[in-house]
Amino acid sequence: MSLHRGGYEIRLVWRHRLGWAFEWICRLTTWSTMLLLFVLLGAILVTACTPDQPLRNPNFKSTVAAGNGIPAEAEFLPAKKPRGWLTWDFLTKGNSYIAEDAGIMSGLWGSIWVVGLTALMSVPLGVGAALYLEEYAKPTRFTKLIQLNISNLAGVPSIVYGILGFTIFVRMFGLRDRPEKFICSLGFVDVHFELPLGRVVLSGAATLTLLSLPVVIISAQEALRAIPASLRHASLALGATKWQTIRHQVLPASLPGILTGVILSLSRALGETAPLVVLGAAAQLSIVPGRITSLGDAIQHPGKLLQAPFDQFTAIPLQVYSWVNDPSRGFEYVAASGICVLLVVLVLMNGTAIFIRQRFQKKIRW
Amino acid sequence: MALVKAFTQFVDPPTEGGAVDMAQQAESAPRRPKLETIQMNFFYGIHQALREISLKVHEKSVTALIGPSGCGKSTYLRTLNRMNDIIEGTRVTGKVMLDGEDIYARDVDVVSLRKRIGMVFQKSTPFPKSIFDNVAFGPRISGITNKAQLSEIVEQSLQRAAIWNEVKDRLRDSAMALSGGQQQRLCIARALATSPEVLLMDEPASALDPASTSRIEDLIFELKQNYTIVIVTHNMQQAARVSEITAFFCMGRLVEVGQTKQLFTNPIQKETEDYITGRFG
Amino acid sequence: MSNACSSRPDEQKSSLRHLMTLQWVREQLIQGLLFTCALLSIITSLSIIYILFTTAVLAWPPGKSFFQQVGLVEFFTETRWTPQYAAEQRHYGILPLVCGTFLVTGISGLIGLPAGLMIAIYLSEYASPRARSICKPILELLAGVPTVVYGYFALKFLTPYFIMPFFHGFLGLPVNGFNALSGGIVVGIMIIPMVASLSEDVLRAVPSSLRESGYALGATKFDVSTKIVVPAALSGVLASFLLALSRSIGETMAVSIAAGQQPVLTINPLSQIQTMTSFIVNVMQGDVVAGSTLEKSLYAVALVLFAITLGMNLISQMILERYREVYQ
Repeated sequence: MSLHRGGYEIRLVWRHRLGWAFEWICRLTTWSTMLLLFVLLGAILVTACTPDQPLRNPNFKSTVAAGNGIPAEAEFLPAKKPRGWLTWDFLTKGNSYIAEDAGIMSGLWGSIWVVGLTALMSVPLGVGAALYLEEYAKPTRFTKLIQLNISNLAGVPSIVYGILGFTIFVRMFGLRDRPEKFICSLGFVDVHFELPLGRVVLSGAATLTLLSLPVVIISAQEALRAIPASLRHASLALGATKWQTIRHQVLPASLPGILTGVILSLSRALGETAPLVVLGAAAQLSIVPGRITSLGDAIQHPGKLLQAPFDQFTAIPLQVYSWVNDPSRGFEYVAASGICVLLVVLVLMNGTAIFIRQRFQKKIRW
Repeated sequence: MALVKAFTQFVDPPTEGGAVDMAQQAESAPRRPKLETIQMNFFYGIHQALREISLKVHEKSVTALIGPSGCGKSTYLRTLNRMNDIIEGTRVTGKVMLDGEDIYARDVDVVSLRKRIGMVFQKSTPFPKSIFDNVAFGPRISGITNKAQLSEIVEQSLQRAAIWNEVKDRLRDSAMALSGGQQQRLCIARALATSPEVLLMDEPASALDPASTSRIEDLIFELKQNYTIVIVTHNMQQAARVSEITAFFCMGRLVEVGQTKQLFTNPIQKETEDYITGRFG
Repeated sequence: MSNACSSRPDEQKSSLRHLMTLQWVREQLIQGLLFTCALLSIITSLSIIYILFTTAVLAWPPGKSFFQQVGLVEFFTETRWTPQYAAEQRHYGILPLVCGTFLVTGISGLIGLPAGLMIAIYLSEYASPRARSICKPILELLAGVPTVVYGYFALKFLTPYFIMPFFHGFLGLPVNGFNALSGGIVVGIMIIPMVASLSEDVLRAVPSSLRESGYALGATKFDVSTKIVVPAALSGVLASFLLALSRSIGETMAVSIAAGQQPVLTINPLSQIQTMTSFIVNVMQGDVVAGSTLEKSLYAVALVLFAITLGMNLISQMILERYREVYQ
């Protein structure tokens, strides 16, 4: 008996050691993954803020060779980006094949237009579908099929959505051989568009809408499910119709949850590159949708706002992708700056979502 | 008092042998109790759940803890094998002794303590594994890997829990397929497999039908020959049937403790009498 | 008496019915509108299946689908994928692409799945609420980083500063600037948050009574976590693994940037490869002639991709549903 006791105690010590080691392995894995995020962001930030190296002057040799009293040009031109690549210039210039002159303006505005239109389309459709599934649908097999279908769509790779968008908007199922131009005259402006739509803002937005719909629907459903049934019953008992109950009670109460889900899906749409590449959106573009040059321009010529959805576009991640693939010198810094802009916009969006969630979660306690 | 007398008519007295044993023990020199708490206080954060509990549990006996809901009897039971350590913010003062050693001392290994003190819960919780693996879990984690040894331990435990004949042909089947009463007996077998000295039972039959309940009670009779048992029950008839010593808890205090027969027929405290006759709780 | 009673209810009945009609119509319209929104998801699925099927498998006559032109045998057995070469040297064997995809997915699985599970165990069994409140938002942030960022990081930092020095400098192996290993590593990092949060949910769903029973039998925390909780949650954990791997298969940008554009049938992680997704992206960057075999090959590859991910998602969802039934 005492021998057995001794064996147990020895094994116990080793069991405790094993448990301690395991806990520390798990802990280290967790914290190093956290650290990874900071390493990732830090590396990119440092790259974006690296001061530019002074360039060799291409005219240098010729000046020296002339040797006729013309003041010699400096051997090295002053660096164009002495304070790093992420400058105000970068934000306000269009693309260029010279690294130092490249800017993200067209991508920024293109993304704003595309994601904006995506929001306009996906929110009503997504929330509408969620409302139907949560409030109206009876638990039949058909409803289960729709539910299963939405879960599956959420897992389809984004590139397949790109192919879908390409087929519908660029090839239009092969119904038209050549794009036809149309003009829609609205009195104060002529809106030019083509059929098939082609590689314009609207096609990009529609493709991204299809992509984000499953996520919006699922998160809206969860937000609606969190509202207790007693609220609906109380409203119905007062003589309200189903729609009135939804409009005045359920929707306002679930709005923070729905908003959070929408913002998260939009931030995902902002970072999506694959569907837009497949759609064929340009990566080297210097113009802004609608060719709006400033806020004043937009106010003076509101027609441009209507034209914008039918213009060609580019997006931040697309520009970054083309810069990353460009082997010429300097574009890796430009790409890093582009990523910084992208991340800032994303942080703003996610931060808003988290803020909304925190603020309104506290108010309503069921 | 007439009510109390009438009430005891419905009670099956513990076996004569048990009563005689208890009498003999009381007469002979007082031996060290198996489990003892001395002035024990228990806190959930700032809320005090148990006050100055001093209770002795004797070896190879059945001690029943009774009292109204929320009086702290389950909490008390859980302090005996330090299960409350799992909950954050709990605190124990006073002494809890197993064989004369304080189990809350600094260098006590909780894991080996729980091997010596087994516990059966109110709701049976078989692991989603086979019947064999359920019972063999305790020995396995203690380091016993010899298959023959494990089989022997499993068979012995299942026999002691009076369920061997029902499951001996399907040891590899999932434990979740057993009925409620069978699952609870399986949990008892599982607890017995670690060869504990003490068995703590927290309302083991409260979720079961009467037939299973009486089987569990019969089991407790058999088990007390080899194990010290402390059982929490809200069923006073059950306490009167199976235990030799009963302790009555109320609002975190130990109101009265004494020999079962005497407590139920002639309680000393008025609170005890009120509870037994059903005036509250 | 009866006359008085019968005249009143009639009037009331008719006014009620009138209100019901107007409002009733409006309610029905709204319900119909919302139903259409829900129907859109079915339409999307059907469109995807239709488009992929008619271009790749069986086209409306007189057009020819991809498999009608190229043939299933060549597609699945040929070991060269060269659709952009001159006509005589064109081969349409999908094996290099599938191999590249699985190579990257395999590496990402080796990194992402164990790490994600360990994080999930830590968060659900060991971490204090304060640690959890710090870790979970950071994991969400990691999950929100766009894939181009990961691709850039892999190409510009991982390969030159980690993979090259170690494998080429230290071990002396030939390493391509574009390699499957860097792609696999970043995709692995990308799926860690997904595995961690899904697995943590299933681990927490295991009832605490099981853990308590384990402790009462004299088990250490390690015993309880690894021998009770994880086995009890095993099917849920496997389902989350499947979902993460399916995401990894569908990953496009990071692999295209980091792992290269050259379809090579190899299992060497240090060489350049092309995955199914990066093939599609690569081709679409240029102009594709409408109706050409090259264009149809895109759909065929997309069909294979869609089928694989759909299959994995369906299986994983079936497992999760059965798991939820047990524990809820």
